[in-house]
Amino acid sequence: MRRRRELLFGLLFASPWIVGFLVFTLYPLSSSLYYSFTSYHITGTPYWIGWSNFQEMFTDDNLFWVSLWNSAVYSLVSVPLDVSVALLLAVMLNMAIPGRRIFRTIFFLPQIVPGVVMAILFVLLFNTQDGIFNDLLSVFGISPIPWLSSPDWAMRSLILMTTWGVGNSMVIFLAGLQDVPAHLYEAARLDGAGSFRLFRYVTVPMVSPVILFNVVLSIIASFQTFVVPFIVTNGGPLNSTMLYPLQVYLNAFQNFRMGYASAEAWFMFLIIFGLTLLTLRLSRGVVHYS
Amino acid sequence: MDNLDRAGRSSAELAAGGAAQAVHRQRARWWTSTRGIERIKIGAVFLVLCALSLLYFLPIYWMISTSLKVDAQIFTNPPTWIPNPIRWSNYYDALNDAISHFPFLQDLRNTLTITVPAVTGTVVSSSIVAYSLARIKWPGRDILFGLILATMMIPQWVTLIPLYIFFVKIGWVGTFLPLTVPSWTGDAFSIFLLRQFFRQQPQEMFDAAGIDGANHFGMFWRIVLPLAKPALAVVTLFSFLNNWTDFINPLIYLSDPSMYTLMLGQYAFFGAHHTYWSELMAADVMILAPLVVLFFFTQRFFIEGVTFTGLRG
Repeated sequence: MRRRRELLFGLLFASPWIVGFLVFTLYPLSSSLYYSFTSYHITGTPYWIGWSNFQEMFTDDNLFWVSLWNSAVYSLVSVPLDVSVALLLAVMLNMAIPGRRIFRTIFFLPQIVPGVVMAILFVLLFNTQDGIFNDLLSVFGISPIPWLSSPDWAMRSLILMTTWGVGNSMVIFLAGLQDVPAHLYEAARLDGAGSFRLFRYVTVPMVSPVILFNVVLSIIASFQTFVVPFIVTNGGPLNSTMLYPLQVYLNAFQNFRMGYASAEAWFMFLIIFGLTLLTLRLSRGVVHYS
Repeated sequence: MDNLDRAGRSSAELAAGGAAQAVHRQRARWWTSTRGIERIKIGAVFLVLCALSLLYFLPIYWMISTSLKVDAQIFTNPPTWIPNPIRWSNYYDALNDAISHFPFLQDLRNTLTITVPAVTGTVVSSSIVAYSLARIKWPGRDILFGLILATMMIPQWVTLIPLYIFFVKIGWVGTFLPLTVPSWTGDAFSIFLLRQFFRQQPQEMFDAAGIDGANHFGMFWRIVLPLAKPALAVVTLFSFLNNWTDFINPLIYLSDPSMYTLMLGQYAFFGAHHTYWSELMAADVMILAPLVVLFFFTQRFFIEGVTFTGLRG
């Protein structure tokens, strides 16, 4: 009787989420799966076309492959880069530096800047003719870089912008670093280890679970990057920054091909899922759990 | 510095010891010079941090500086670091200029109209669900928690399209409803955070209350919630920020410019007047300033919340 009562209460208190799950997660998930096998213009009704959407995606849609490639490049470059920079900053801030607090705040501040604001700001900074970045480069005698107007540089600029926002990861790593037992460092020092050795054989293994967690989250997030490329370059120039979500958005909300866009969204889901599993598997030999 | 090694023994004593102790004395000196190396290292790192922080701060500085510039000074070479004269009227123009103005107050009102109900909904519903997961023992509880965690992995794009179609069908597109109502069903991240927190609350209090005949409603309201203020603060802060800076959802659900949020309004302003840089930057500063203030007041919660997810995850 008591158990029945607890079950009822448990479900009652959990009901907001259960309802939300059914309406806002399960229903859309199954609908979009269904839509991905249909041709569905927003003004019409869906009709079944089987695998045609996927066929079109893989064989007939150049933009699909371009955006997939761009997203892959973006993720594979920016994730390791950002994790490394964040870890390095955290290690430096973990030392007995005067003014640590101020440094930490400065590096964390970009996190507070909303994506929209950052996007607009960097359009100003990356201005080829008169932007401040090129002005600073000219001091070193480097000729102006076409940050946003060249297909080669646009993606690099996007990656650089992402690096501006490593404050999040840095703070997480800082906390993880502080959890590393001091006696490990002392023991290693007594054995004659210098800074690099300490970092490689004490710090990194002890922090590796945190690194892994960060990498997984970053991969998932980077594949869904939309706001900044949408506003800064809208996929250009010449589709060089057309990341996968931008392409889905285009098909859904500009071409209104809901079925096709759903197929693309599901493919994205599969990729993210696969990447996560792959990362977890690859990490087995590398991550050290104490 | 006298010749005492770390244990306080004099070099005379050590010299008396012979070869092995001579080696020991060498090690003692090696230690002291290591301190010097330590200092050089810290100095070098300090310089590197200074350089990096200048680089990291540059965009924000430039934003503020440009917002106060006369148009002619925005793109000078060499760059104008400090605007002279300082044009405070850029802010006024951003708000009021007849041709190119950023409807800041209107967008602010819209954003508040969305954010206040949404954040309230998140906090209320997430704490209720977290209570169920943390403090009520029922079969299937852990499976549900696992399910909640699993949903965090679903990319937003997979559900976005059918949700949009659904909202079109029930006529909610073009209103604020799709942006506020779903928050009342709980947010996975907040639920996770609160559950962890609730679980740590001392069991004795609940046992005592149970003996006194309190039911779940009472325990939730009188024990769990009052003790959970820090966690609730973190949840409020994060859901506020998420909602405030949301761009995609307002983008697809709002079509009437008079209903735009600050994020969307910024984008529209940028699209229409992307050469009015000083006004654009002034608008950006106006949007960013409250966030920075909020950050400084809640720094502790902010960083604690971020590290909580990073470490316990």
